Amino acid sequence: MNDTLLARSADALFWLARYVERAEDLARILDVNDTFSRDRTGGQNWLSIVQLHAEEEAFFARHSIASAANVLGFYVVDPTNPSSIASAARAARENARTLRPLISTEMWVQLNMFHTRMAALGPADLAPGRLSPLFAWIKEACQLHTGITEGTFYRDQGWYFYQLGRYLERADQTTRLLDIKYHVLLPDPRDHGSPIDVSQWNALLRSAAGYHAYRRLHATGITPRQVAGFLLLNRRFPRSVYLCVREAELLLAELKARYGLRRGNEAAEQLDGLRALLSGVGIGEILVQGLHEFLDLVQQRLNLLGEALGTGFFGYAPRPAAEPSSPFPVSPSGPPAPVQ
Amino acid sequence: MILSDYRAPGYYCEMTDAAAAAPVRDRLAALSIDALHRRAAAAEAELYNLGITFTVYSDKDAIDRILPFDVIPRVLSAPEWHQIETGVIQRVAALNLLLDDIYHGQRILKDGVLPADLILGHAQFRPEMQGVDLPYGTYVHICGTDIIRDTDGSFLVLEDNARTPSGVSYVIENRHMMLRAFPDLVDGVALRPIDSYGLQLLAALRETAPRHAADPAVVLLSPGSYNSAFFEHVFLAREMGVPLVEGRDLVVEDERVYMRTTSGLAPVDAIYRRINDDFLDPEVFRPDSALGVPGLMRAYRAGNVSLANAVGTGVADDKAVYAYMPRIIRYYLGQDPILPNVETHLCREPEGLAYTLDHLDSLVVKPVGEAGGYGITIGPRASRAELGACRDRLLADPANYISQPCISLSVSPTLVDGHVAPRHVDLRPFAITGAKTWLLPGGLTRVALREGSLIVNSSQGGGSKDTWVLE
Repeated sequence: MNDTLLARSADALFWLARYVERAEDLARILDVNDTFSRDRTGGQNWLSIVQLHAEEEAFFARHSIASAANVLGFYVVDPTNPSSIASAARAARENARTLRPLISTEMWVQLNMFHTRMAALGPADLAPGRLSPLFAWIKEACQLHTGITEGTFYRDQGWYFYQLGRYLERADQTTRLLDIKYHVLLPDPRDHGSPIDVSQWNALLRSAAGYHAYRRLHATGITPRQVAGFLLLNRRFPRSVYLCVREAELLLAELKARYGLRRGNEAAEQLDGLRALLSGVGIGEILVQGLHEFLDLVQQRLNLLGEALGTGFFGYAPRPAAEPSSPFPVSPSGPPAPVQ
Repeated sequence: MILSDYRAPGYYCEMTDAAAAAPVRDRLAALSIDALHRRAAAAEAELYNLGITFTVYSDKDAIDRILPFDVIPRVLSAPEWHQIETGVIQRVAALNLLLDDIYHGQRILKDGVLPADLILGHAQFRPEMQGVDLPYGTYVHICGTDIIRDTDGSFLVLEDNARTPSGVSYVIENRHMMLRAFPDLVDGVALRPIDSYGLQLLAALRETAPRHAADPAVVLLSPGSYNSAFFEHVFLAREMGVPLVEGRDLVVEDERVYMRTTSGLAPVDAIYRRINDDFLDPEVFRPDSALGVPGLMRAYRAGNVSLANAVGTGVADDKAVYAYMPRIIRYYLGQDPILPNVETHLCREPEGLAYTLDHLDSLVVKPVGEAGGYGITIGPRASRAELGACRDRLLADPANYISQPCISLSVSPTLVDGHVAPRHVDLRPFAITGAKTWLLPGGLTRVALREGSLIVNSSQGGGSKDTWVLE
């Protein structure tokens, strides 16, 4: 009896973790972009955030230009944009509400308060001087959630689905963070190695909280190649795509074995394939073939993994085969999450 | 001094007219009004943070509201509680015997104690339940009995809630809140604890589960997170440690109920449902209901799953049937009611209608089928036009109404707008019945926060208080 977990609850736990991770990572992306934009003139930097999410249509339905204020408003506080941090906080809270019989009261109260505060923010809170503390607070609120979860969440089946959601989302978001690099930093290979480039890679590493770890590993300097390799393939950095995929693979294997779940073989195969993809290639080869193309491929595979978990465990109907996945939907293109 | 200017002339006051409340009065007197306000504000903020809210939906917004919480407790002495406890147990026993009879031999109708048309023609009478045997004859597993006090302090039953009574989560959360916000008020006062509600409920649900289940799987069936009482569903599922399911999580195969889990279908034996009969099974009741489970009634009738409360209990908690409760108690139990009814005139009967029409300005007129305090006309407070409209409704459909004398509900000191003033209260104790009946000590004290208002329902400006039963 106590070993059973409702399919819908597993789904909601998976998405609870994804939404909190998404809020944190989006804060990181916006924070780093804010740092970049100080070095440049014009607004193309902010447009790249919109392009990164493939949301030009939704954005320009609300705003005429991709100014800092408009893009920040759209991605931080706009409750009508399902991809905003405020929407992620709301969705995390709504999922948590349905999960209260499973999660700790502390987890619930903190998410409830996070949502309440996010929902109360307005454009005035995004003024330049307030932005950095705001992003710091959002990141801290998400990390607080993570810490409370670590210390209070009962570790049965549900915990595995929660962790799977966290790692899958984090892998996806790290590929996006890197993709900004493609959009913004390497439009022209001849820019490569210029001073501004290094400072921007520097900021990128800091936004992923990877600066010091990277420094220990590559004491000689910061090169785009090594930074990309670090964020994609490093075996020990907690936000690297490889580590997230490897953790997810271990979690799924342990979940299936411990609870005798016969389903989810397709998800296991997807993870196996993803890990093979990331193990079998060096960063040099990736850059030669095209970083953006590689990131695109990883994101597509992550989407397929999410769908395989959905049909294997969450009770989603299998999707008709061969429909191409869009690489950048913030909401999955498959069946809807419990709360969008 | 908090109570130094407090007066409640003409009403029974739960605090100042009750000798047993003296220790609580003394402790309250030591607090300043400012301190009371500060702590009340902190308690309110905590209710929001804890999400102890119900959701009100407007056209485009979903607003989370708290049930306003008054920090001054309502105190009941041990003898007072003894009368309520034994009286409610008696009433629940009579309700279960009545339902078992209605859905089996219908002896009470044949003996002419209850008019057959009142029962058999009732919208909540479920012919599907005819001949279905339930473990221990328990139909009303959870009962909420609304009790008021007259000016002399005597208890009167106002209403039985035998379908899906709500509010128990506030009782327990209010207590937790009081213990945190007013440790000094509670210190040294021997209160009956209320922490075992979840355990008692789970035990009753397991007792009344189908007998084939050695270790019955219990679930709580909710309409979902958009239901205004969702917080309570969450609360109860947590307190019992059982899955909180929605209709879409359940499926019926070969007249057995299963839930969809990560490893496939898992059997379900007992369901505490917080969905009305009408929405329970689209095969039998409302075909458009997406909240229920197709085939659930087949599984239920086959004895493969239990439902709490049973299907068809709504026929017993009707305001017209209520008028017969003293006779029903005597018929089945051979006892006088321990808790009297409010004197009730049935407008379906010619003399009841005539009396009601003659005394309209001094009576409370209530529609029999409504809940939530809606459709009530309070004679002494109604305008001439309102009385006229009430008279028209009565004449058009007399069977839909009852009338009762206007009871001056008791009051309790309540913190309002910077001072403490008397406000009317009622009491809803919660009774759990498996093999036998257990009452949660105290219950939900609802308070009408508007000055002079007699309507305590949360949908109409009501709040709640912690209810203390002293040892």
